[in-house]
Amino acid sequence: MDAILLQVLNGLDKGGAYALIALGLTLVFGTLGVVNFAHGALFMLGAFCAVTFQKIMTLSKQVKDESITFFDAYKEVPYLEIWFGDTGAAFIDWVVPLSIFMAIPVMLAIGLIMERGLIQYFYKRPHAEQILVTFGLAIVLQEIVKSFFGANPIPTPAPDIVAGSANIGALFGLGDSVVYPYWRLIYLAFAGIVIFSVFAFLQFTTFGMVVRAGMADREMVGLLGINVQRRFTIVFGIAAVVAGLAGVMYTPILPPDYHMGMDFLVLSFVVVVVGGMGSLGGAVAAGFLLGILQSFASMNEVKAIIPGIDQIIIYLVAVIILLVRPRGLMGRRGVMED
Amino acid sequence: MSKTKYTRRGILKSGVTLGAAGVAPSFFVRNAWAQDFTNNPGNASSVTLGFNVPQTGAYADEGADELRAYQLAVKHINGEGDGGMLNTMAPLSLKGNGILGKKVEYVTGDTQTKSDAARASAKRMIEKDGAIMITGGSSSGVAIAVQSLCHEAGVIFMAGLTHSNDTTGKDKRKYGFRHFFNTEMSGAALGPVLEAEFGKDRVAYHLTADYTWGWSQEGSIKKYTEALGWQTNAAVRTPLGAGDFSQYITPVLNSGADVLVLNHYGKDMVNSLTQAVQFGLREKQVNGKQFQIVVPLFSRLMAQGAGENIKGILGSTNWNWSLDDAGSQAFVKSFGAEYGFPPSQAAHTCYVQALLYANAVEMAGTFYPCEVINALEGFEFDGTGNGPTEYRASDHQCFKDVLVVQGNENPSSQFDLLEVVQVVPRAQVEYPAELLGGELGSCA
Repeated sequence: MDAILLQVLNGLDKGGAYALIALGLTLVFGTLGVVNFAHGALFMLGAFCAVTFQKIMTLSKQVKDESITFFDAYKEVPYLEIWFGDTGAAFIDWVVPLSIFMAIPVMLAIGLIMERGLIQYFYKRPHAEQILVTFGLAIVLQEIVKSFFGANPIPTPAPDIVAGSANIGALFGLGDSVVYPYWRLIYLAFAGIVIFSVFAFLQFTTFGMVVRAGMADREMVGLLGINVQRRFTIVFGIAAVVAGLAGVMYTPILPPDYHMGMDFLVLSFVVVVVGGMGSLGGAVAAGFLLGILQSFASMNEVKAIIPGIDQIIIYLVAVIILLVRPRGLMGRRGVMED
Repeated sequence: MSKTKYTRRGILKSGVTLGAAGVAPSFFVRNAWAQDFTNNPGNASSVTLGFNVPQTGAYADEGADELRAYQLAVKHINGEGDGGMLNTMAPLSLKGNGILGKKVEYVTGDTQTKSDAARASAKRMIEKDGAIMITGGSSSGVAIAVQSLCHEAGVIFMAGLTHSNDTTGKDKRKYGFRHFFNTEMSGAALGPVLEAEFGKDRVAYHLTADYTWGWSQEGSIKKYTEALGWQTNAAVRTPLGAGDFSQYITPVLNSGADVLVLNHYGKDMVNSLTQAVQFGLREKQVNGKQFQIVVPLFSRLMAQGAGENIKGILGSTNWNWSLDDAGSQAFVKSFGAEYGFPPSQAAHTCYVQALLYANAVEMAGTFYPCEVINALEGFEFDGTGNGPTEYRASDHQCFKDVLVVQGNENPSSQFDLLEVVQVVPRAQVEYPAELLGGELGSCA
């Protein structure tokens, strides 16, 4: 029971990241009809917003390290600590959550520039060309990040106060062995809040209503005199923000490197295909479902029966779905079926 | 009247084809040009070495440090700088005027920590850049692949950081040499320390990087811990570069194991250790004992990445900058003055390998690989940081003291991350060459 609960939590956590990326992917596909292979790069850029913010907050003065006598060594003391002492140090400690405030406008701007500067020219082009150009864009963005930040992962720790783990077992009357890191629980809650916010925005605002109407029948909404295109451009920006925030909050779990977007992109595409292209609910549900399946497939008991299943489970599910229900679990009839 | 079936164009085409067919396969055959050898520098005033290191991928930190060390070694061999270990190594034939009077130059390649990429860059350095020796790397998979290629090409390979038994065991080659220690030596060194620290009644759970080095290390640690009386609860393979290890760590929590052995290195080790600590493993009590984590292969660079999480954790290492012998101090001083921080164990082994090759050529009086191999085989030397050392002729493995280290609880400086618990003498980690099998092959 303990092991099952832990794997469910692992799956939900992983699924949270998949769902956030897949949500943006499917939002863009549903509105603009674009298959955006650069979406994983937006996740990576979000993570590097946190890294950049950390670098800004830890701009340092070089001070001679007197403990090294072999050669002249210097240690770096952040200016914030020099100027504000403990308050400055506390500010640095909270750098990941605080970087959200930087990531939102930056990712929105990146999304808008990406859509206006490149993607809009490919609306009427075949999906194959959209995939090629966005994949190329993803590689360019990766290489830019690599040239600035290097190839190695950059540690971006969570605040000290949430560095440990919570005794989940006590809450459910289980043993002490059921512990789970605080930050992963925060990530799960964060993913839930962002997903809820996106759905609420689309469901309960006039803007969202127009977007949903445009997704259902773009021509009719246009005939009513509404500029659907402008709203869809903003939706692209929102999708970039969602992917970016997913990346920011993931940094304490996995120190970011330039390639992290690509690792998540493939899995997220599978999530979108399984959930149903263009189905927002499907993307979220499939994200969590596949996250949980992947976690359970990693259990030793499961691997003892089918060795290597943890590496292929997601793709196996995708193959089965494509064979028996090509439009995905919650996809609209006709999508991917003709 | 008969027409000849031979045309001028036909003869030319056939000639070119035959010529190409005759030359192409011979390029990668050792000593293809009679008494000559691959990339013979002849009367040239310089000689080129090929530094094949991971500049991207999971072991890029080690690769960057290896390259720094090679650049420093080239300076010292060419008679620039303070000379570093040239002041302490003995016996020494190098004169500080390059190798056999030729100035040393170098080319670099990126192994990307991938065997195919590493072979491609080594091949490029041999074929296009004329490298007479290939060295470097931070992965056993890469080392074995490149060693095999170099053997076929008749070019000496001085391995960088490679810890799998197979490099000088079942996959050993006449043209390949390893200064770094291996998992068999790690197990032999760590075993008695683990017994003294944690006792004989322990249950271990292994998380293992799923490639040659991981398997080798898992095997060696299991061999030596099970000999102590420890049980192995499970040994789970994890993909290289998995990133998020949570799904592999959570089963440890209620497995009944009281020791987690992380057979990971580089970025993988930083991630798996950090996540194991996040999951509260170090605070756990299992079977009435404090839960322990062991990282059999340690490096200062990894300790830096893992930060606080490394404190108190036991492992083994080839070398540490805090050693106070003359060779280590000379190297640390030289490296620190050049780059502003001390070298890693990867840097140390690569620096020593470059010096050893250059010295062997000087001893042999020729760049001809077979003579250089003769000079390296059985070579006994000192003053390079691990006490008296020997390049064993039967498997091309260096034998020297091994360090058991622990993450420093109270570091005195930003670099003082590992504390040397014990310098395990060479005699304790030596083993017969037959133990690991393999055939060196011949030089002819």
